[in-house]
Amino acid sequence: MTAEQTIKSEKMNGARMFLECLRKEGVDKIFGYPGGVILHIYDELYKCDFIKHYLVRHEQAAVHAAEGYARVTGKPGVVLVTSGPGACNTITGIANAYYDSYPLVVFTGQVDSKLIGNDAFQESDIVGITRTCCKHNYLVKNIGDLPRVIKESFHIARTGKPGPVVVSLPKDILTSRMDFEYPEKVNLPGYNPTYEGHPIQCRRALKLLCDAQRPAIISGGGVIHSDAWKEIRELAKKLNIPVATTLMGIGTYPQDDELSLGMLGMHGNYWANLAISNCDVLFAVGTRFNDRITGCLKRFCKDAKVIHVDIDPCSISKNVHVDIPIVGDAKNVLNVMINEFNTGKYTYNTEMRRLWISQISSWKSKRAIRAVENGIMSPQTVIEHIYDKTKDKDAIIATEVGQHQMWTAQLFKFKHPRQLITSGGLGTMGFGFPAAIGAKIAAPDKLVFDIAGDGSIQMNIQELMTCVDYKIPVKIAVINNGYLGMVRQWQEKLFEKHYSQTHISSPDYVKLAEAYGALGLRITKEEEINETLDKAIAFDGPVIMDFIVEPFEMVYPWVLAGQPLNEVILSNNEAGLGE
Amino acid sequence: MKHTISILVKNEAGILSSVCDLFSTRGYNIESLSVASTIDNVFSRITIVTTGDDVVVEQICKQLNRLINTIKVVELPKSADKCIDRELVLCKVSAKDDVRSEILRISEIFGAKIIDVSPDTYTLEYSGDNRQVMALIALLRPIGIKEIVRSGMVAITRENQFINIGKKD
Repeated sequence: MTAEQTIKSEKMNGARMFLECLRKEGVDKIFGYPGGVILHIYDELYKCDFIKHYLVRHEQAAVHAAEGYARVTGKPGVVLVTSGPGACNTITGIANAYYDSYPLVVFTGQVDSKLIGNDAFQESDIVGITRTCCKHNYLVKNIGDLPRVIKESFHIARTGKPGPVVVSLPKDILTSRMDFEYPEKVNLPGYNPTYEGHPIQCRRALKLLCDAQRPAIISGGGVIHSDAWKEIRELAKKLNIPVATTLMGIGTYPQDDELSLGMLGMHGNYWANLAISNCDVLFAVGTRFNDRITGCLKRFCKDAKVIHVDIDPCSISKNVHVDIPIVGDAKNVLNVMINEFNTGKYTYNTEMRRLWISQISSWKSKRAIRAVENGIMSPQTVIEHIYDKTKDKDAIIATEVGQHQMWTAQLFKFKHPRQLITSGGLGTMGFGFPAAIGAKIAAPDKLVFDIAGDGSIQMNIQELMTCVDYKIPVKIAVINNGYLGMVRQWQEKLFEKHYSQTHISSPDYVKLAEAYGALGLRITKEEEINETLDKAIAFDGPVIMDFIVEPFEMVYPWVLAGQPLNEVILSNNEAGLGE
Repeated sequence: MKHTISILVKNEAGILSSVCDLFSTRGYNIESLSVASTIDNVFSRITIVTTGDDVVVEQICKQLNRLINTIKVVELPKSADKCIDRELVLCKVSAKDDVRSEILRISEIFGAKIIDVSPDTYTLEYSGDNRQVMALIALLRPIGIKEIVRSGMVAITRENQFINIGKKD
């Protein structure tokens, strides 16, 4: 008998069936942490040769690592944890993936079905807890439902607007036995994402863009999910329209291109914010107009016509009034527009475009001025050096959340999508390092950096052991300024320099790295940066680089929360209000 | 402004929670809510009355549609010639000698039924639209309402318009 036949003819327990379902979904790597009620699966894993399990040191990190994996591969990341505390520890990771729309399937153990609701040991109502922070969730109540639920979970996670799906697996389900049969199709009458944009709307959008005098494009994270970066580049080039990206959309448009405006928003480029504020037609693709990119909503693009392409109808006209809504997959919509343009029926005024682009160029002279120049190594210098060292290596850069994240977004000239891995919507400190681990597992041949702050790195530093155990050579650059820099920056500007609880100390990262069995390096002078980076990249293993930098540097440009997008502060000398 | 939303859902545990959680997490109001299974046990119908301007209600409908287990979401037309709505009210009224006939008279005018009688009370059953129910309550209140139980509103479209299984809008 072949293996396939054996599987069919013998009744299989739920735990084994779980692994067979994963095999059917093409899963070969999972991130997890064992515990009481999930032991039957771990027992099957022990005998399983087609799934590699990565043991993390905290369940939150397992979810972040799976998201890092999903961000690089585009495939759902898979997590396996136990019930109660194990399940609860995954919440931040699940919420993070939900906000940034990356596909995950998170399997959590659950106490025996008969005990649910009895406050049993390590019981938590994970379905109730995750209801508002995941795309969908399931409690499997019957062994017969298990294959269908897993099939649906993967389908829901990866289609439409991707997102995390949580599956709660009671212990008795894992021990019951049944014939295994994996469904071929899903039957979800309530779930039909719209992939094709309405052709008339697409034509109207194209006409409006062609007739525009000052058009601009915002390219968001949805362009990555739909693999539409080639299309957005083609359309921008054909119509000669400048492109700004959101934080999540970084890499969808090459930043060295002349039409690139770079990132817009709170810490976006001055010219990007001005271009968006002054455009007469805004073409937004795969963005949900988060407050970090719109600033004051009432004054955001108030004189512009807005075209919005999104696969999620909820994103349309939620924050910004939309004149031409197009619900659909970005790639399909853009292709329809490109093909329509290629018919030759559409023209635009090239002279107008030239004037508009030259006006934007004139804004490019206004750049942020560093807050402190005193000879102490500046954080931006460190990040610029990392960029120089990695730019020709097609590296993947993960970041944590805070000042270093914004500087990375500003100073790196990302050329490709899936190159920057950063927590956008939820803004999760401690995300970057485990995500970098997942990214490195997904792309073992690529150089992977985690640019971290001294606050963020301490939120999931325990994963250094995971890195050492599995020989995952992630390079961590700690931009160590002794503060929770972004919060300190707000306190400096908005709270009269009351640095309340933002001074944060760090362990000796060199000794810490050694204790874990990794390499630790400390850098205090600018001239040491290059040499250290070379050493770190050459080292075959995880490295922590502790860059001791100027504490009081500020992230500029800066649009204060709630202010209009064009009121940009560029240096410490500006009040920034009512420019 | 009041809006009535009719939601056809898969009859599964947790779906009502999903719908209610959506309202609370996004800061929408639920004025009334009623749920029961449809003619097909696999599906339930949830009728929700909510308040908000058109933009908010559009967003509510989109968000409800986004839930995987909602099959169909429809905002019911407000005009009475397109849609009929009803509430059920059970009302226990203090019925001492001198007012017993008055209660019967009110009951008769409204077409309410007396479903329980005791020496001191009458219990009325009445169904009507919100305005009628409020009018009945207003008349009974001075007599002395001891207890009142009201259902959420249910509503159905007139004539040949159906809210059944099919592709989501």
